[in-house]
Parts: sequence; structure tokens; C-alpha cells
Amino acid sequence: MYLADRGPTAATAPTDADQGRTDRAAQPGRALRAIPATVLALGTVSLITDVSSEMVTAVLPLYVVAGLGLSPLGFGVLDGVYNGVSGLVRLFGGHLADRGRRHKAVAVVGYGLSALCKPLLLFVHTLPLISGVLALDRTGKGIRTAPRDAMISLASTPENRGRAFGVHRAMDTGGALLGPIVAFLVLGMAADGYDAVFTVSFCIAALGVLVLVLFVPGGRAPAVTANPAVTDGTDGASGGDDAAAASPPVTLRSAMALLRIPDVRRLTVTATLLGLTTVSDAFVYLMVQHRLGISERLFPLLPLGTAFFFLVLAMPLGVLADRVGRRRVFLGGHLALLLAYGLLLTPLHNDALAFVVLALHGTFYAATDGVLPAAAAGAVPAELRASGLALIGTGQALARFCCSIAFGAAWTVIGDQAVLGIAMAGLAVCAGWAAYALRGPETA
Amino acid sequence: MTARARLITLVVAVALLGTVAFASVMRASHRAGALDTAQPGGPPVSAGAVSLAGAGRMVFRNMAWGPYRDDLVSVPVNDPGGARVAAPVRCLRFYAAAGTGVCLRKEDGPLQETYFASILDSRLRTLHDFPIAGIPTRTRVSPSGHMAAWTVFVGGDSYAGSDFSTRTSIVDTRTWALTPSLETYKIIKEGRPYHAADVNFWGVTFADDGHFYATLATKGQTYLVHGDVAAQTLTTMRTNVECPSLSPDATRLVFKKRVPDADPDEPWRLYALDLKTMEETPLAESRSVDDQVVWSDEHTVMYGLAGDYGDDLWSVPADGTGKAERVAVAALNPAFIG
Repeated sequence: MYLADRGPTAATAPTDADQGRTDRAAQPGRALRAIPATVLALGTVSLITDVSSEMVTAVLPLYVVAGLGLSPLGFGVLDGVYNGVSGLVRLFGGHLADRGRRHKAVAVVGYGLSALCKPLLLFVHTLPLISGVLALDRTGKGIRTAPRDAMISLASTPENRGRAFGVHRAMDTGGALLGPIVAFLVLGMAADGYDAVFTVSFCIAALGVLVLVLFVPGGRAPAVTANPAVTDGTDGASGGDDAAAASPPVTLRSAMALLRIPDVRRLTVTATLLGLTTVSDAFVYLMVQHRLGISERLFPLLPLGTAFFFLVLAMPLGVLADRVGRRRVFLGGHLALLLAYGLLLTPLHNDALAFVVLALHGTFYAATDGVLPAAAAGAVPAELRASGLALIGTGQALARFCCSIAFGAAWTVIGDQAVLGIAMAGLAVCAGWAAYALRGPETA
Repeated sequence: MTARARLITLVVAVALLGTVAFASVMRASHRAGALDTAQPGGPPVSAGAVSLAGAGRMVFRNMAWGPYRDDLVSVPVNDPGGARVAAPVRCLRFYAAAGTGVCLRKEDGPLQETYFASILDSRLRTLHDFPIAGIPTRTRVSPSGHMAAWTVFVGGDSYAGSDFSTRTSIVDTRTWALTPSLETYKIIKEGRPYHAADVNFWGVTFADDGHFYATLATKGQTYLVHGDVAAQTLTTMRTNVECPSLSPDATRLVFKKRVPDADPDEPWRLYALDLKTMEETPLAESRSVDDQVVWSDEHTVMYGLAGDYGDDLWSVPADGTGKAERVAVAALNPAFIG
């Protein structure tokens, strides 16, 4: 079934890893064994790094208020501006990685920059400087995202890419869930030991960078050098160092020219449109609390609910995406979100409904966060993979940011029910359009 | 690099980083342990009964190192630096009036800390616990002891989340009717109804059981607002007023004001506002104060400033005369009893 779905295009995309491309690999029982070592290594790096960064995130409010005795109000003022900047940083990181095909090197710079921010926190004690360090941390995240996703896509076979991204996202989310636990373990052993939290966070981040350096294959064109003879000339994409040298140089212009590829354009426009109607997490949790009457005590736990379902479903939905089509699962994820909006609009008030909404919210992430780059990878030539993934990801992120600004402004004017109704209608229209635009066979 | 070499590198790195991490935790743990030993020259503290109903006492959070650190303690008003009597009640923020106390406290959990606002009777027994969604910053009780208010910081949950807001709640301790957030009140700004996404409130100070003053912040500006509990309205009065504190005779407010040309890290100075003439007078304290002051009598206010062992308690005349004096070391959130 998935063979038919994949269509004839599968045969024309051999620039990616060739190992393990068997039908058996798609069977659920062989799920984990079919994960390339590179993807597992990158997943491990993400898991470790997320433990480190979420440790800091979890204690930061407490540190600022209780540790430093500062008022955190106005802390988020630059947030909005920085959201825009981090989108551009991601494009820059993707482009830099494609130039000379040095994905790993650029990723090391990104992870390294974030790691170095942790000890900096030991030395800054005022809000503007702490904000500065966090901005630097996020710059590191912006730089590394596109080359990392490009490496995942290049290391996995086209028919297993959804599963590879699913495993990576599950490991990433697992780290995010572990981070606060580690942080509060440290604070439990050492009351007010924020410096210890930052130091441990740095040690963990450094370990992440080391795993990346040691266990993720680097060099140029990681996937194709293994067997350049097979790939040369099949689809015009580069194969090995010689072919890379022969192919046109990667320039900003060539990265922008990606938008002339119909599939890339369609995915970018679709992801952006859907992003415009994706209500930000903070608003979803506020809405769960306001509309479903969740107690104050449970409020801080709501993001954990989403993360739990994201963690559990990321890989199964990635596998499903490989079988029935990534675009279909990507759209399905938005239908889950649509359903969540719908439930929030019902007059029912109870904790069970909140649980269902969070399950749908987590399903939305599991069906979209890794599935989008998996779908996009098939549309973007290997030599521009990082640039292409950055382009689509940035479009989506900026659209979500615009949505959250508009949503916040509209909330106070017309109320939460009306604004959520509008978002829901918008999402339904965009999803309908997306279903139309993304119809037909997809590139593997 | 061979697989073996990679593995050895990893093991060595794990050992090194693990040692650094372990050492940092041990160091912090040792430091935390030192807090349980009384510092030399610190105020003497002993266990005893603390009451919110007596006369001539001041109750506050003891920050002095030792076994009674963070406990509520009581001292005579006329000897605030003297021997402290401690009760095993730990609050991050505290206030009391007319036999009613509010204790904003933390409970440690496996995943994260949770916070509660506990309403206490005059013998510090908990009458009611309200879960609160963030880190406590301010609390006040009305002069009659009937109404209580508190403000917490609620953090964002985005990656490296940094979007903070405040949430201010008011409860009637006679009926336990809770207003979870002042954001549900109608705002009247410069005579017109006002709506905005970025509205934050903090620093409630009660005039009586039906009326209070507080700070409203929106679009980068702070306002003094007058609140009406029955009408559920908040009316702006003037700009650049934070953490107001009403005098016992209800004629003056002392507040922290953001002054231009100040160091951005220390932006506030204490001012008094005469509510009849609406004239502002700078107080004699020249340092930046980030606290909601407490009136110790009709002429004097007290506030916290960072000291060697937690915050010290300072006082200054409320009319701009005199000078600031340290009242007690390692003491936070005083409440005057009787």
C-alpha cells in the first residue's frame, strides 16, 4: 500500500541513504532496528541538550524572583522582536550548512553556542543581561535546527524518513520532560542552588556537543559518499565530493530559487497558512484553564500533558506517515488541532475534557513537528536540504508568531470564545485548501 | 578516530563533566547546610508561641541563618532588633492584620514546586488553602482582617520561556469568595472603559473591606488605580505609581516610583502621595527600593533592602524628613500586631 502511495518518484530520489531500504523495514516490529545510527546519535544529542536547556527554563522564573530578588515583568518585551530574528538565524544556519555541505560543523557551532550560555548565567545578575544570554541561547538553537534536520533526512532512507524524524522528536521531547526533574532534584539536594543547576546544565550540554562531535558522522555529503556510483547522474543532485564540486555553488540566490520548485512552494505556503491559524501553546493552556475550569494547581502541568502525548505518538505517527503519506498525516494532525479547538468551544466543563484536549494537542505536534520536515525533505534537493527545511520551518514559525500577536490582541477585544471560533474557521479553511494543494503523489 | 578511541574519549569526558557537576551540587548543598547554623552576632532566636492577636508585637519572616531560618518570628515593637520568638510556619511572603494572616508558601513536588496562599487565624492555624499559579511577590490584608489579596508572577512556557505576567487575587475571608484575577474587573482609564491584552496588576493595599488601591501596568506604563470590590471596577488615578501602601489614617500613600536618569538596575525611589492635594514628596531614603512598604505608625514606613543575610528591615519618616535607619537584620515582610 505504501509502495503505491509512494509512487514512481521513490526510484528517482536516490541521493539519500541507501542502506536498509527494504520493505521489511517498514514493518512495525522492525521499527527501531531500521533507525540509522546517525539519527539515533542526533536524537541522543537532542535529548541531552533538551535536558540541559529545560533545566534552566524550569528554574529561571524562580531564580529571577527568589534567587535574585528581581521583578521579572517586562522580561518578555524583547521576545517578540527575537522571534523574528531567530527565524532569520535559522535561514542563515541552513544556508551556511549547505554551502560546502558542512551540516555537522554548523550544528556543532549551534549546540556549542547554547552550551556556552549556561556558565554565562553564573555571571549575569540583571534582567537585560539574562535576556541577552537567553537570546544567545536561542541563536544557537536557530543555527542548529536546519542542519540537524537536514542530517536526519540525509541519513535516513526516503521511505523511513517519517519514522526517523518521529524517533528524533520523541527523544527530543523526552529530554524536555526530564530536564525539570533533574533541575528540581538538584534544588532538592541544595536549597537555592541555582548556580549548581546552571553548572550541571552546562556539563550536560557539553556532553551533548561531545556526542555530536564523536558519534555523528561528519565530512561532506554524509549520505552519498558511501556509494557515489549509484547516485551519480540519476537526478542531477550531487554525489560525493567530486559531484558536489561540479554542481552549481550554493548561493543565497539558489536557496531562494527553491521556491520555484512547485512542491517546495506548495509546502511552504501550506505550512505558513496553517501556521497562521495555529494558536500558540500559551493561549491553548490559558483557554483550557479559562474555558474548562481547570484549577490553578493543575495549570503548570498542562504543558506536560501535551509533551507526554507528543513523546508517545511521535514515532508511531512517523511510521504511519511513511505508510499512508506524510502530507496526509500532516493534515491529520491539523484536524486533531481543529477538534481540540472544537472541544474548547463546547460548554462542557470538566477535567476529562481537558485531558482529551491535551491528547489532541500532543497528537497535533506528533503528526506535524517531525512529519513536516520529513515531507519537505522529499521536495528539496539534497544539496539545498538545510536551506529548504529552514525556509519551510521559518515560514511556519513566523506565521505562528503573527497568529499569536493577532490572537492576543483580538482576545481582549472580542473575547476568547469569538477569537477561538475565528481561529477554528480559519484553520478549517486553510486545512481544506492544504488538502487540495497537497493532493496527488508526493515526492519521497 | 576509531570506535575505541571515541568511546574512551566519551568515558573520560563523562567522568570529568560528572565530577564538575557533582562538585557544584556538593558545594551548593554545603552552602545550604551552612544556613542551618546561626551566624555569629546574629539575633537570638528561640521557639515559642507566635500570636497575631497580641499587642505591641511585630511579626515577620526570619531570614537569619540557623534552625529557625524562614520561620515566622515575633519581636516587641519597641525592640525590633531583639530576641526573636519563632513558630514553625514558613512563608515566602507574609502579612497580617486584625488577627488574620496570609502566608504565601511553597511546597516541593517531584516535578516542580507548587504554591499556596494560606489564610491563617491569630494562632497561625491554616483556615483555608488557595493553590496559586506562580511565584509569590506581594500580599496584604484589609485593616479589619476580612479581606486578603496576593500577587504572584506567572511564567511563560515557551522554549527558554521568558514571558512573565502577574496575577492578583482577592478573597473575602468571611465567605471565602475568591476573585482569582483582578483582570475580571472593569478598568476605567482616564474616564473610559479600557481593554488590553497586556494588563497586569500588583501591590494591592486596602482602604477598607470594599475599597483598595493597586498598581495597573499596560503598554509599558504603570498607573495607580482605585478598586471597588462591590462594583468590580478599577479606576486609574495617576501614572508611575507602583506598590502603593496606604497610611493607617487613609490620607497618604507611600509608593515606589520609577525615576528618570536612575541606573536601570535600580530604578525606584520611595515617594509619598497626599491623597487630598495629590502632591508627591520624595522620602529621605536615597537607594532604590523594590518593596511594598509597611506603615509602622502614622509617620513611619518600613521596607526591605538586601543585606548580608537575606533582606534587612529599614525605616524612614513618611514625610520626606529625617533619614533611613536599619531596624532589624535578616527580616522580611513585617506586620504590626495590636
